[in-house]
Amino acid sequence: MDDSIAMQVTRYRPDKNSQPVPVDYEVPLRTEWTVLDGLNHIKAEQDETLSFRWSCRMGICGSCGMNVNGEPRLTCATFLSDYAPGPVRVEPLANFPVVKDLIVDITDFMEKLPRVKPWIIRDDDVTEIDGEYIQTPEELEAYQQFSMCINCMLCYAACPVYGLDPDFVGPAAIALAERYDLDSRDRGSRERLDVLIEKEGVWGCTFVGECTSVCPKHVDPAGAIQRYKLKAAQESVKAFLLPKALRR
Amino acid sequence: MSEGATTAAHDVLLVGGGAAGLRAAIAIAETRPDLDVAVVSKVYPMRSHTVSAEGGAAGVMADDDSIEEHIYDTISGSDWLGDQDAIEAFVNEAPRELLQLEHWGCPWSRQDDGRIAVRAFGGMKKMRTWFAADKTGFHMLHALFQTSLKYRAVKRYDESFVTRLLVDEGRVYGVVSVELATGRIRAITAKAVVLATGGCGKVFPFTTNANINTGDGMALAYRAGAPLKDMEFVQYHPTGLPFTGILITEATRAEGGWLLNKDGYRYLQDYDLGTPTDKPTLRSMELGPRDRLSQAFVHEVEKGRTTDSPWGPIVHLDLRHLGAKLIDTKLPMVRELCLQYERIDPVTDLIPVRPVVHYMMGGVHTDIDGRAGLDGLYAAGETACVSINGANRLGSNSLPECLVFGARAGRAAAEDAAAAPAPPAAIAAQVSDETRRLEHLLARDTPLDDGVARIREELQTTMEDAAGIYRTGPSLEKGADTFQALRERVGAVGVRDTSPSFNTELVAALELENLIDIGECILRSGLAREESRGAHQRTDFPKRDDERFLVHHTVRRDHDGNPSVDRLPVTITRWPPGERTYGR
Repeated sequence: MDDSIAMQVTRYRPDKNSQPVPVDYEVPLRTEWTVLDGLNHIKAEQDETLSFRWSCRMGICGSCGMNVNGEPRLTCATFLSDYAPGPVRVEPLANFPVVKDLIVDITDFMEKLPRVKPWIIRDDDVTEIDGEYIQTPEELEAYQQFSMCINCMLCYAACPVYGLDPDFVGPAAIALAERYDLDSRDRGSRERLDVLIEKEGVWGCTFVGECTSVCPKHVDPAGAIQRYKLKAAQESVKAFLLPKALRR
Repeated sequence: MSEGATTAAHDVLLVGGGAAGLRAAIAIAETRPDLDVAVVSKVYPMRSHTVSAEGGAAGVMADDDSIEEHIYDTISGSDWLGDQDAIEAFVNEAPRELLQLEHWGCPWSRQDDGRIAVRAFGGMKKMRTWFAADKTGFHMLHALFQTSLKYRAVKRYDESFVTRLLVDEGRVYGVVSVELATGRIRAITAKAVVLATGGCGKVFPFTTNANINTGDGMALAYRAGAPLKDMEFVQYHPTGLPFTGILITEATRAEGGWLLNKDGYRYLQDYDLGTPTDKPTLRSMELGPRDRLSQAFVHEVEKGRTTDSPWGPIVHLDLRHLGAKLIDTKLPMVRELCLQYERIDPVTDLIPVRPVVHYMMGGVHTDIDGRAGLDGLYAAGETACVSINGANRLGSNSLPECLVFGARAGRAAAEDAAAAPAPPAAIAAQVSDETRRLEHLLARDTPLDDGVARIREELQTTMEDAAGIYRTGPSLEKGADTFQALRERVGAVGVRDTSPSFNTELVAALELENLIDIGECILRSGLAREESRGAHQRTDFPKRDDERFLVHHTVRRDHDGNPSVDRLPVTITRWPPGERTYGR
């Protein structure tokens, strides 16, 4: 193995650059080094101004998503040696406005998330807690996969629909809606469907499935979207046939 | 950044959006919906370090368990330095808090009949640790964050770094912060402030902690004149992955994993931790407390019974006999982490591990309701020191600590804020001062041969040499001397990145100021404690000394800016100091 590898990193400073520019760096190539280690090496040894987000460096906080050689990746879980002999191209996640260098603006997702009501909705009003809601391992299994989303935004960066139509609620938010719908403790599926049935809800998705294939936590947002389309279709048939009071 | 500061005003301000901060926010929104509450965090809340907690959260639930036993385990685990009134309150309230999380959707692992499952954990005599496979912290944090979205009244300042507390005549009235995306300096006033910024693992070079764990809340309180407490007690977790320091959860040993030295020998049996059994025995061997296990590792190194690796000596964690099925159900992340970062499979391979800095028992001195040493100031979670953890925290007590004391601090802060005066005009001058300081830091030239990253690395190495698993008077003194020189360099260092937007170098420079204050408090408190207790082991004073040191140490910034150590009695109610025994 060579002892160094080239990293081509996209730089952008809003106060200086009119558009992003690629800059070449050379970093040590070590088997245990991730792309994030390479970026941290650049920041510590070559250019302190390089800006990127990171925190847990163990693939769970969701901060360090970037496009690596064109693919959305968690850089703390992507190894430089897998790209040898290089160069490794590191760009900000696609489909988001860039704030600076490798940092993108995810305000849009943060505003969309509450709209799908990602919390337990009950029809009883519990004031005093005197025990757990019973949930069997099978019932847990039913939604578990969808509860693994770390909000890393890789699926938004991979989604061609979100790229064209920023109003689309998008894969992670829909997967989280489904996570609560499938939770045996929840009674809120009707409320969420009302949101997702809207024009900007699930309809934009064209079933490319890129969201599912880039997910670092093996969540299946494409599956969630498909299920919502089915639920929405059933709902519109009901709406056509039944007076409002009888739907549910 | 030069247009001066903008101002926002709230009733209660939470600094930090992890488990403690979010629990506090929800407590306030629920009990006092008339109050205006805001959360300011340097990261989006779901990035907070709670997310990395793996093994579980302790709360008495099982039929064969009792409140008394959890209290006793926690007190003996703390080496009798925990305050017993606080521990009683904590143990009593933990189960309800965990049930509340269950009602908010946390996907706790279940028994076949659908009831909550519990697992064993180190230093605990009964199975009482609730878990969500081995991603407990992740699931708790996301359940809290998503639930908090329901309360539209909770305003958030995401990705805003707090640089200073605003204090007038002994009362806290808010903070100054930098909004990272724009570089805008913003004063956020409040009638009560709760610090919930997590720990300070980045004071050390090798830690399980995330990049963000730079002791910000502790340093803010300290610089504002509030005392910190028990700062000499730093927990080393016995099983971190070499190089990365990524945590391999104690749940691996609770599920039956073994620690082996280079001869394949379960070496813990040589350190008064019991005798090996095939199935795990509670409070014994691999289920001993973290301080004792990390200390045993050092002795194995001295005996030449560890294996050398490029990242220092290691021992092995053996999970092979547990089988793929158990590992995939109960420890899936451990397998994922090993495959990814070590390129080994724990189903068939031994996991290389070594002790790693994990948790700060000390923190902002508070009472049982989170009240810190200034009016209107509160703290909860790892930032705070109530103290329930004393000289050594038991695994799985910290997550429920965030919930119990987050809720308590939130409620107390809300009551306080409802009756507190509006911020006085005098704090405007402090906002201007702080704005000037930040602008000066941005404008200052950095010496060519120095920089934030270099000083930080030297600071971390100094701390490891001075205040590792074993310390001595001379090692701590030497560290304190080196800190004098480091402090001068921190004072001279500037920021090469001059852009207002997302200036991560500016943040790192401000974090470095926090690290140096916290590091110094650890060294000074360690020097003052001439005994060995829990995680503080002095080879020059190898015995616990209840006569002189059954006391907390508080550390406060004196008029010259130096740390001044003082003493505070430990609250002993029903459990007189005794011998800590494990495995017998």
